[in-house]
Amino acid sequence: MSTLTKLYEVFVRGKRGLDHIHVGSLHAEDAEQALEYARETYIRRSEGASIWVVESRHIYASQESDVDSFYDPMDDKPYRHAANYTLPEGVENM
Amino acid sequence: MSKMQADTQITDVAEYALALGDDALVLGQRLCEWCADAPLLEEDIAIANVGLDYLGRARMLLQYAGETLGQSEDELAFLRDAPGFRNLLMVELPRGDFAFSQVRHYLLDEFESLFFAGLKQSSDPTLAGIAAKTDKEVRYHLRRSTQWMRRLAMGTQESHDRTQKALDELWGYVAEFFILTEIEERLLADNISVDRRNLEPQFKTSVGTLFDEIGLIQPSDDWKVVGGRLGQHTEHLGPMLGEMQFMQRTYPGLEW
Repeated sequence: MSTLTKLYEVFVRGKRGLDHIHVGSLHAEDAEQALEYARETYIRRSEGASIWVVESRHIYASQESDVDSFYDPMDDKPYRHAANYTLPEGVENM
Repeated sequence: MSKMQADTQITDVAEYALALGDDALVLGQRLCEWCADAPLLEEDIAIANVGLDYLGRARMLLQYAGETLGQSEDELAFLRDAPGFRNLLMVELPRGDFAFSQVRHYLLDEFESLFFAGLKQSSDPTLAGIAAKTDKEVRYHLRRSTQWMRRLAMGTQESHDRTQKALDELWGYVAEFFILTEIEERLLADNISVDRRNLEPQFKTSVGTLFDEIGLIQPSDDWKVVGGRLGQHTEHLGPMLGEMQFMQRTYPGLEW
């Protein structure tokens, strides 16, 4: 593989109105090529209506070491959850 | 139109479809030769995928030709010898290096984008339908091969040199794009075929503009090789068919 290639993350929107979902990553030399490769790799069975490609280095992500401080504190604050709320009649999903 | 003229026209349409199908079949095979051998994994998937576009196109055209010729698409693809093929010579040339394959593809894409836009207007509804579907694919292929032309010609000195060399080696096969066969001339009368002679100025303008932009020199027109549409082929088609047809020749009637 060429050292000139960069890693891109691929997001595909299945239908109008839905969100773009992360489907995988690939190597390409530039964004245009990444878009073409995404088409060939991820939507060849008509999975998509729109593609985003983002260079992976632009994604700033939380780390495994952040778990303690980021997420665990939410677990003991049930008043923030809607789990105990009684749904009005006729509402099936909330 | 007399009965005899009508019969001639039906055969002409089948031969026309056969020639267009052969272009797609042979190029599809050449593209699929890159499968598992392309410069990077993503390109491997992409180039084989485009090859499959051509096989899909070949199937539609060979099925249509076969209805009149009394043969199945498989018989036409796998049991004909080289002189029975009617493809343009450029598509049968060995794949060469990556630059050669991409320059060939680019030249064909520029031609096909003009040709299938024209064939969409054909008075033959089946050909027009196939052309409408193909036209969309060709626009994508052209976008892809144009990107590769830029990347290769303006990449490194080596990629530039290889691209220029490929263009020099391929240019003499371009002349054949614009030569009409007698069959096509007869079909022009009823607006079934495309007058390929008229496509040449637009083709030369399009490729010339890109060559100027990316620093390639358009070769001179001092040599040309023609004859594919008449069944006169280079020495490269036979060995390719040998590989492509091996399975059906060895196990006649074999199915998936």
